[in-house]
This record gives sequence, C-alpha cells and structure tokens, in this order.
Amino acid sequence: MDIEKLKERVITLVPEAQLEDNKQFVSFVIPSDKFRLVVENLKSSEDTAFDYLFCLTGVDMGKDLMVVYHLSSTKYGHEIVFKVKLSDRENPSVDTISDLYRAADFYEREVYDLLGIKFNNHGDMRRIFLDENWKGYPLRKDYIDEINIVEL
Amino acid sequence: MEERSIEMGVKIKSMKYDEFRDNETLETFIKPGGGILLSTLDDIIDWGRSNSVWPLTFATSCCGIEMMATGASRHDFARFGIEVYRASPRQADVIVVAGTIVNKMAPVLKRLYDQMSEPKFVIAMGACAVSGGPFYYNCYHVIRGVDHVIPVDVYIPGCPPRPEALLYGVMQLQRKIKLNKMVDAPKINKSNR
Amino acid sequence: MKEVIHTPVPKVEEEEYHINMGPQHPSTHGVLRLVVTLQGEIVKKVQPHCGYIHRGIEKMCEKDTYPQIIHLTDRMDYLSAHINNHAVCLLVENALQIEVPERVKYIRTIMDELARIQSHQLWWASFGMDLGGLTCFFYGLRDREKILDIWEETTGGRFLQSYYTPGGLMWDIHPDFQKNVKAFIKYFRKKIRDYDRILSGNVIFRERSINVGPLSKEDAINYAITGPSGRGSGFSCDVRKHHPYALYDKVDFKEILYHEGDTLARYLVRMDEMHESMHIIEQLIDNIPEGDYTAKMKAVIKLPAGEYYQRVESARGELGVYCISDGNKTPYRMKFRTPSFSNLGVLDYISREFKIADLVVIGGSLDLVIPDIDR
Repeated sequence: MDIEKLKERVITLVPEAQLEDNKQFVSFVIPSDKFRLVVENLKSSEDTAFDYLFCLTGVDMGKDLMVVYHLSSTKYGHEIVFKVKLSDRENPSVDTISDLYRAADFYEREVYDLLGIKFNNHGDMRRIFLDENWKGYPLRKDYIDEINIVEL
Repeated sequence: MEERSIEMGVKIKSMKYDEFRDNETLETFIKPGGGILLSTLDDIIDWGRSNSVWPLTFATSCCGIEMMATGASRHDFARFGIEVYRASPRQADVIVVAGTIVNKMAPVLKRLYDQMSEPKFVIAMGACAVSGGPFYYNCYHVIRGVDHVIPVDVYIPGCPPRPEALLYGVMQLQRKIKLNKMVDAPKINKSNR
Repeated sequence: MKEVIHTPVPKVEEEEYHINMGPQHPSTHGVLRLVVTLQGEIVKKVQPHCGYIHRGIEKMCEKDTYPQIIHLTDRMDYLSAHINNHAVCLLVENALQIEVPERVKYIRTIMDELARIQSHQLWWASFGMDLGGLTCFFYGLRDREKILDIWEETTGGRFLQSYYTPGGLMWDIHPDFQKNVKAFIKYFRKKIRDYDRILSGNVIFRERSINVGPLSKEDAINYAITGPSGRGSGFSCDVRKHHPYALYDKVDFKEILYHEGDTLARYLVRMDEMHESMHIIEQLIDNIPEGDYTAKMKAVIKLPAGEYYQRVESARGELGVYCISDGNKTPYRMKFRTPSFSNLGVLDYISREFKIADLVVIGGSLDLVIPDIDR
C-alpha cells in the first residue's frame, strides 16, 4: 500500500490523528483512548497487515510523557510510527497491545519500570530491571538520586 | 626452603622479587615468628594452597569472556593450578569478580562470598570491579568498586584486562598466599595490636 | 500355603514446585535468573528475572556526546561490538548527510563480518560445552584467537576496540591486514569441517536437538524474534537484505532460511552464516580502494532536531538505535532496541512441556547475551 493511502486510512479511522513531519517514516500522533482501535484495525485488515512490532519506546518530553510505537508489515514491507502523548504525569496510562503483539509484553514492562507509564489490562505489570521496592522512575528528566548518581 | 628476611626483600622460591611490582604491599604481610616445626609446616601448607586455587564460575559481563579466553588453550591457566572451575561456592577457593556489579546483584555476591569456606580469596578483575569503570559517572545502578561489598585481595585494572594481566594477578595472589603464617609472632608493644 | 498380604502403596501426589536457576549458574551465559515451575521433570513455566547487569546505559547516553556513546555501545553486546558501533556511526552520518569514503565502507564491512564469525565461534564453543562436550569449548576459542590477533594488530585492543567513529575510522588498517585475513579464511575453512564432524553430525546431539523447542513462523513474527533464531523458523528478517547499509547491496550473499523452527534449525543457520560471512570477506578483501580513512567532521557533532532510527544486523538479530535530538551535542533520548531482549520473551513459550535438561539446550540455541537484555 503506498504512503498516501496509508495516511488516508489512518485519518478515516481516527479523524483526530495529527500527521508529523518525519522524513524517514509515516508518523501520527494518536489520542490515547483511540489508540487501540487503530492498531487492531491495521493489524487485522488484509490490505495493511501490520504484524511486526519492532520498537516500543517511552520518552519524557519535559511536560508530557510519550510512548512511541514502530510497526511494520512483513507481507508488504511498509512501516508506520504511532505516538501517544500523555499529559498526566502522576498516573499516566494507556491501553496495552500485548495481546495483539506478544513482543510488547516485555517492552511495556520496561517502559513502566523506567518511566512509570502503566498499561491497562497488561496482566503482569511489574518492574523488570530494578528491584521491586525501588523508588522513582530513573529515565524521567526530574529524577534526582543523591546517593547513587555521581555527576561529572 | 624459603627464607623470610625483611631487610633483603621477600624471597619466594621461583618467584623473583624484581620481576613483580607492588612489593611494598607484599612486605606488610610478613609476620615474623613461629619455630622451626611450624614454619616448615607453614611452607608446605602454603605451597599446597597457592598452587591449586580453584575458582567459582562467576562472570557478569565482558571481563567474563576474557576470563574464558584465559582458560582456553592459548593462555592456559590450568598450568598455574587453576585447573577446575567449581560451580558451587562451597567447593571454591577464589572468586574472580569479572564484570560490573550492580545494586541488584550485590546481595547475591555477598551471599556467595559468605558461602565459601576459609581460606578464601577475592580477585577484582577489570575496571568495573575495581572502581566502577566506565560506568562511574551519571549511573544510578552501578556499585563503584566491589570492595564496597566484599574484601578484595588483588585488583587487576584494564577494560578488559588482557589474559596476561589476569595471569599476573593470579601470580600476585600466589605470592600473597605463600606468606601466610599459622601463628602470629608475640607483639613487643601490646598497644600496637 | 502362605497367604500373600498386599499392603496398599500410597499414591504419590505430583504437585508443581519451583526451582531457581539463580543469577550465578554455569549455563545461563551470564547473570540471568530463571524461576522454573516443574512437575516432576517436565517444565510448566519459565519466568526470567533480568536486571542483574542493568547499568543504565540509556540514561548515561543523555549526558554523553556522540563519540563518547560509541564506547558505551561496545559494552552492550560485547560479542558483536563492531556492529553496535556501526549502528551509532551510521545514525550520525545519515542525520548529518555525510558521505564516508569507499575505503571506510570496505573496511567496516570486513570488520563486521569478522565480528559475526567471532561471535558464532564463541556461541558454538559455549553451546557444545553446555551439552557436555568440553572439546567444543577449546576448539572454538582456539580459532577465535586468530581473529583477535588480526584485530589487535590493527586497533590495539583484543576484543572491545571502539574502532569506528562518526565519519570514518580511528586510524588506518595495518599493512599486513589483508594478508592475515586471507590466511585466516584459508585456515578456518579447514577447521569448520571439524566442527561439523564433532557436533552437527553427532547422533547424541541430533537426538537432543531435533524437534526440541519448536517455534512457528507466525509466532516468530509476533514475538519479534529476529536474527538466526527467527531465520531458523522461516522468518526472513535479515536487515542486510531488506534495508541494506555499508556495502551489503553490492556483495553477493544468500540469506539463510530453514523452516523447521527447532533447535537444530537454529544451529544450522549459524553454521551456514559463518560460511556466508567468509564468502563476503573473500569478495571484498582484495579490492579495498585507496583513500582517506575518515571524512572531514566538525570538532563538536550536533544533530539537527528531530528523530532518527537506524537498524543493523548484529550477530543476534536486528539492533535498532532510536534517537531524539533537540539540537544539542548530547542526544535528548537514545533508545537501543536490542535483539536479545525480544528473544528472551519466547523462552517461556517454547520450552513448555519439555524436560529440564532441554531448557539449557533451548536457551543456548537462542544465543542470549545478558548485558544486551539489560543494557
């Protein structure tokens, strides 16, 4: 499917999607409540068939938190990037896609561990790298740790 | 067999004093004392212990691969007595901490060290185990030096240290073991204890 | 006649119990903790606990400049150290749109393929050792020393070198480089036949690996298993073919695919990949063009604001580097999509209903490097 048709398909599914200016991939910002709908549709339709999730990243943008999904199709070769912005820093949460893509199981646990973003209906939302009783989320920009970090 | 005379430097058979560095630290381990019988017994026991230190299989990261390469056929360390790797800490003599130790791993390392039986030794191999290495600054999870957790006998710098450096470190440990004594000399000035 | 008295034999209840293959273990290839739920000897569930070597590299990258990040990526997957460096260098060069000289591309491709051979040699050595054949350990490491000699002559370091830099290489290759690489290939082609005779054709090995740990193609795509583990199930995911970089679109090599999806298929993919890597090196080694070993770069590298994604094929799978830059000399966020992290997710799924001894075989065939998981 070529790029223009892909863009139209996403906009038809979610009219609030905003196209981003990215030279490498087709990239959309999706509101967090419509996100799962888009991904389910793109995975199950025969003409898009996005079956390979190759990267899931959590970013702290300063004011909001953001989750970036990189999806690809092994049948057609096209790729797409979705971004979900979360403005609530105290209890950020977004729907999980770990039942659609089993790779997301570990990726989402890592994002929770380092940034504190919870994924609803994940089933096993606990820390993966740090200890169970570690306080704070290290990858956030306002993470202060006097004991452990030695500043240069 | 071996003479211990502090004025001329430590004499250990087949390990020449001049070929090694850091002899000052070695001289602080010399404790004079013991009669003829006990010092002969010391010599035999130390000879046996130093020539057959068996390590624990413990490797966290990159230095572990250099340790495996030291055990392979080119730089064979079985000829130094490190013949067998023991999987269980209760059967091991030395723990070669090869790799970075992080906050989550430190209690595990302490438990392994406690399970080893005396006499036990520790070699800190690589920059990460000596002082935190490349992960010293801006890192929230790394322990800056394994001597915050367990007492260390020999430090080997390098990132990763060459196999020849690991063999040199093992030889320094052997020199240190050969100076062990069973009986301490009576102290002349008791307040210095 | 004596009466036979039957005493009733109590029925032993089989419950599930958990054992801990702790962080310090001879066969977990590093510090990985597996909590295995067993019923008798059958594995019911495997829960991996990672984080015992989590050094926070992504957080450190936010305070380091781009040439300094190269030294950290070396230590992430230390067996394909050159390939990790290549990913970050390509990211910077594509973002600034710098064209590196041809000589640099040739040398980088040859060094990458040597790294791949060296990583597979170490994998074969430790895989054989886990199965009980200690000979494999000595043979594999003996041949790996030849590659480390070649590297040491050129770069000074045996196995972590940080030789690539954004724009080119740190310095030029040694004059004896081409001669030594050709001598190595001639030597290794003879030795790799020994490897096949010891392990690949061995009846004990085949009994232990055929139909053990099967993974279908759809599952491999869903779990994002890339690299030789995915290609053993028929998932065509070689980044060198699909998104070529350096000189991979100009050399002739096959992408190795097997369709059975079991441990033997994953093993054979890696053995064939060693042959293909030697074939790639042979096509390039005599034709290295003359030229500069680095392009002209500014002293301080600043990427324009935006996001960049670069992927390369490391010895374990697809390594992705995702960078968000805000125009400064340090990145705003640097994320490494490492292959071993996704490959770990499938260990539970494919080892159910096999015995505990098979768990070690399956873990070895996935070729996990633990600092790659934890970063």
